[in-house]
Amino acid sequence: MAVKVRIPTPLMKLTDNQAEVTAEGSTISEILNNLESQFNGIKERICEENGSPRRFINVYLNEEDIRFLDGERTAVKDGDEISIIPAIAGGTGAR
Amino acid sequence: MIDFTDEQIERYSRHIILPEVGGQGQQKMLEAKVLLLGAGGLGSPAAYYLAAAGIGNLGIIDFDRVDLSNLQRQIIHSTKRIGMLKTESAKKTIQDLNPDVKVTLYNEKLDSKNIMKLIDEYDYIVDGSDNFPTRYLVNDACVITGKTIIHGSIYRFEGQVTVFKPGDGPCYRCLYPEPPPPGMAPNCQEGGVLGVLAGVIGNLQVVEVLKLVLGIGKPLIGGLLIYDALNTEFRKLKLRKDVDCPVCGESPTIKELVDYEEFCGLPR
Repeated sequence: MAVKVRIPTPLMKLTDNQAEVTAEGSTISEILNNLESQFNGIKERICEENGSPRRFINVYLNEEDIRFLDGERTAVKDGDEISIIPAIAGGTGAR
Repeated sequence: MIDFTDEQIERYSRHIILPEVGGQGQQKMLEAKVLLLGAGGLGSPAAYYLAAAGIGNLGIIDFDRVDLSNLQRQIIHSTKRIGMLKTESAKKTIQDLNPDVKVTLYNEKLDSKNIMKLIDEYDYIVDGSDNFPTRYLVNDACVITGKTIIHGSIYRFEGQVTVFKPGDGPCYRCLYPEPPPPGMAPNCQEGGVLGVLAGVIGNLQVVEVLKLVLGIGKPLIGGLLIYDALNTEFRKLKLRKDVDCPVCGESPTIKELVDYEEFCGLPR
């Protein structure tokens, strides 16, 4: 199963500046492991040691937050799109 | 009831002829009270267009002064005003544009002690703050008081907008229960930003404010709009209310405001 994964700007350093990559797997968890095998260090930025996404990062399958689906066990199918959305505070950019 | 001057009828004519706005809608805008958190990247364009639209009462909180490096995106200020308080500079621009707008300035830093009093006067809070402690403080205070937040953030070439309306949709903690630890998430000046992105996102926030004030269309409650400038793409993700949310969930654990320690980007 190949799906498209959207990489947020802050993590693009780990994907050679690619905003969109392809990963293989039939669940979110497998997709994240596959991402790690392609881009060393990326999983640790997204997940806690137990494999669930960190509290300031959300993972979406298409337009749904996986926390409201089956979490990391959520099944994915061909053509799905996964987005990784971290909390970002940039705004005023005063200084 | 509606008592516009000839000048106001002319100034707002392109609003008034819209059936969705009309004289009554314009009146609502003139009576609306909107608070801007910061007159920086997002606050500058937002304040400018809110004033142009005739939002009659604008509050601006900022303790900073205009710096040359701000002017790449903070269009409410100007080269001549470098060194001036941002609030004062913003007020001057707004009054030159539209004398109908009553501007109230707060030259202070938002914290758990002053926030309740500050937001109390306003119906809508435009959050363009550049740090997590403020985002969480504003979220919690608005959940407690039932005020609507129009949230925007920008980073490099990407921006996000959403509306948090207590009771009707999720809050910021439903998305992200706790702020990231220092060094784990980008904010502030780290990485830079394409200046005009502030205009795009700040003005999308204004569109949402106007829709809420007018009661028209579908406000961006429960949706996160993401703008990717490099790929010219808008995406909309669903945001859901979390029953376990520490502040707006069924058994909230946060009942008082928290002042998180301020940090900025990666450790130096």
